[in-house]
Amino acid sequence: MNKLPGQILKAPEHFLSQQDIQAVKKQTPQGRRDFLSQAFAAAAGITASAAALAQNASEGDPNILKLPAHATGLGQGVASPGYGKPSQFESNLQRRQSPGLTQTTQASVSFAPLQSLFGIVTPSGLHFERHHQGWWDIDPTKHRFMVNGLVKTPKVFTMDDLMRLPSVSRFHFIECGANTGMEWGNVAVPTVQYTHGMLSCSEFTGVPLITLLEHCGADLKAGQFVLAEGGDGSSMTRTIPMSLIKSGEVLVAYGQNGEMLRPENGYPLRLVVPGVQGVSWVKYLRRIELGDKPYGTKDEAIHYIDLMPDGSHRQYSGIQECKSVVTTPSGGQALLDKGFYNITGLAWSGRGAIKKVDVSVDGGVNWKPARLESPVLSKCLTRFNLDWVWDGKPSVIQSRATDDTGFVQPTLKQLRDVRGTRSIYHNNAIQSWLVQESGEVKNVQVS
Amino acid sequence: MYKSLEFHMSTWTLGAVLLAAVASAQAQQHFPNIGRAATPAEVAKWDIDVRPDFKGLPKGEGSVAQGQDVWEGKCASCHGIFGESNEVFNPVVGGVGPEDVKTGRVAKLKDTSFPARTTFMKAPSLATVWDYINRAMPWNAPKTLSANEVYAVTAYMLNLSGIVEDNFVLNEKTIVQAQSRMPNREGMTTQHALWPSAELGGVGKPDTANTACMKNCASDVKVTSMLPDFARDAHGNLADQNRLVGAQKGVNTLRTAAAGTGAKAPAPSKDTNKGPNEAVMGLLQSNNCLACHGLDKKVVGPAFTDVASKHTGKLDYLTDKILMGSSGVWGSIPMPAQTLKPADAKAIAEWLAAGIKP
Repeated sequence: MNKLPGQILKAPEHFLSQQDIQAVKKQTPQGRRDFLSQAFAAAAGITASAAALAQNASEGDPNILKLPAHATGLGQGVASPGYGKPSQFESNLQRRQSPGLTQTTQASVSFAPLQSLFGIVTPSGLHFERHHQGWWDIDPTKHRFMVNGLVKTPKVFTMDDLMRLPSVSRFHFIECGANTGMEWGNVAVPTVQYTHGMLSCSEFTGVPLITLLEHCGADLKAGQFVLAEGGDGSSMTRTIPMSLIKSGEVLVAYGQNGEMLRPENGYPLRLVVPGVQGVSWVKYLRRIELGDKPYGTKDEAIHYIDLMPDGSHRQYSGIQECKSVVTTPSGGQALLDKGFYNITGLAWSGRGAIKKVDVSVDGGVNWKPARLESPVLSKCLTRFNLDWVWDGKPSVIQSRATDDTGFVQPTLKQLRDVRGTRSIYHNNAIQSWLVQESGEVKNVQVS
Repeated sequence: MYKSLEFHMSTWTLGAVLLAAVASAQAQQHFPNIGRAATPAEVAKWDIDVRPDFKGLPKGEGSVAQGQDVWEGKCASCHGIFGESNEVFNPVVGGVGPEDVKTGRVAKLKDTSFPARTTFMKAPSLATVWDYINRAMPWNAPKTLSANEVYAVTAYMLNLSGIVEDNFVLNEKTIVQAQSRMPNREGMTTQHALWPSAELGGVGKPDTANTACMKNCASDVKVTSMLPDFARDAHGNLADQNRLVGAQKGVNTLRTAAAGTGAKAPAPSKDTNKGPNEAVMGLLQSNNCLACHGLDKKVVGPAFTDVASKHTGKLDYLTDKILMGSSGVWGSIPMPAQTLKPADAKAIAEWLAAGIKP
């Protein structure tokens, strides 16, 4: 019982067997209060403390009847701590590794707890992580940023220089190209944290890269490709699409959700490449080179290449196509009871804004349009909701997003028909959650 | 120090052919005293990237034999003596043959029963391998190898992969010859819609064309895949991974599925997974696994219970180890690659990954 604070009204179902519950329900006269007291009395093997609670329950909720310490005492003072933290009761919300996925923690992934987040912004401390060679907390006064290659004057910038320039702040999602990559062949992980948690969304603040290139006298005719390079041990490199740079969307960013980037997310400087997989958002950014050919870096020649059924690999596959997922109810959760629920989830597209999200509760036979929460922004997470009354029967919940190019999120079968099952990357298939009669929700794939 | 240009007004009088230069000058003009010119030494120190066409490759050389010394001293602890280890990272070497060197396409990438994808099965460009070692290896001390060491260790890996002879010396000239023998040099395509513009000659049309059907869109919906019950707690107790309040709670996965969320005192699922079931036992016998592994006793190789407790949940890892062989994890005696069917290997691995107990 203590594990379910506030749930006293639900308690009988949670420590009685199904048979006990049925027996209790038969004996229950009209009225919830009578039901409760008799339910407790009827339970076999009932404990003394539960009996005491039952006594209180007949008068009402002890959380109301007995005033708690916080209502009868003095609370804590200001600026204690100086940088606030989440409630102690929120400690279940953690970035988590998927067991067995990697052998080290420095070349690994942690997944954001999407099942417990609201709205579209990911709290910075819960932003997913992907490190190739460990993370660093770099002294910003010593960090330098260089632009070279096909420019009139190769230049060096300090953080002071960059933060003096006109800045923009924009909300964008970032998704690892390998998000949902474990599910190409079959169901492999239990919850949305592990299926879709290499996904986060923040307000990023920084300077458009095109501004810096022009400031250095870039040859934008011969310069068709940009190399971005990190300043950490891995010195990650990626070729960045010039069309996005010219559009002004690509940012050299230092801000995240109103403060500086977190060290795990590239403090003090990272590239923001909206709509493109996270590996291109180079962290600890130290250098931009403008060139006339693509760079074929390790993460576009050996990793982050998509294996096709004919044995070829797709190279330079960056865009995260239109995708969505229901975050609650989702795998590993249990519905408390029949009745009303808000089905809610996230939709996004690397090609633009979300136009529409449809939700099915019967495994894709029939669909209803969900409500989109504002704001609905380009290359940003969009929150959707749908009212649902659960009748206690098995149900397969799915969501299907459409973006403003008209592209509709594919089924797993449609994706597999083209890409096979061994790709690892860019799995944007419709996700299915099976709600069982017990209320338990399971990650499933359906035909 | 960069000096701002003084001819801002006069640029406006130039013709349209110079618009690009004008824009550039405007940008430079726009932000005086922001940034400074990089010195040649600064650019040289940081501009280390090597393109697939070898632009940026420094001079130097190293032999296969020299590379073996570097490898054994600085690389083998993670990658294995022969680059085959799957202990810390994906294997570097393996999966390529002489025919691949001729065709430039790695045949095993089409073989769905071959689970490994090593570096040399995938890499189309040798420059990429050189660049990555130079910038990021050794893993715990990146950028500490000399150019000659990078050439040597690259030569050693080429030799292990059967791409160059034992006496090969790799330098900035012979690398072109080695590139022409890279096993997957023809294995890449940019014919897809996942690059946002036309620079790479991709296609505009996405792979799929789903429609937003609303009524009677499917029939006979069946569940085709879900986690097996023994993997229920492979990701820990999911009750501890959800908020304490809200419409949904996390499921207590320390209880069995049959008990659901409301029943009392079921046994932890692990206790039910002791010995192998009949099907797995049959596989262990028919494939002579029991000749080297006792169920709960070390024989030549480790006891299955020890393997299971060390590698609980690591289904793919265990499947790979059975199919590809392994060495160095449990002592010096290697386990050779086993010839059983991948599905059978997976069945055994599933049993092990579930964390059997003695």
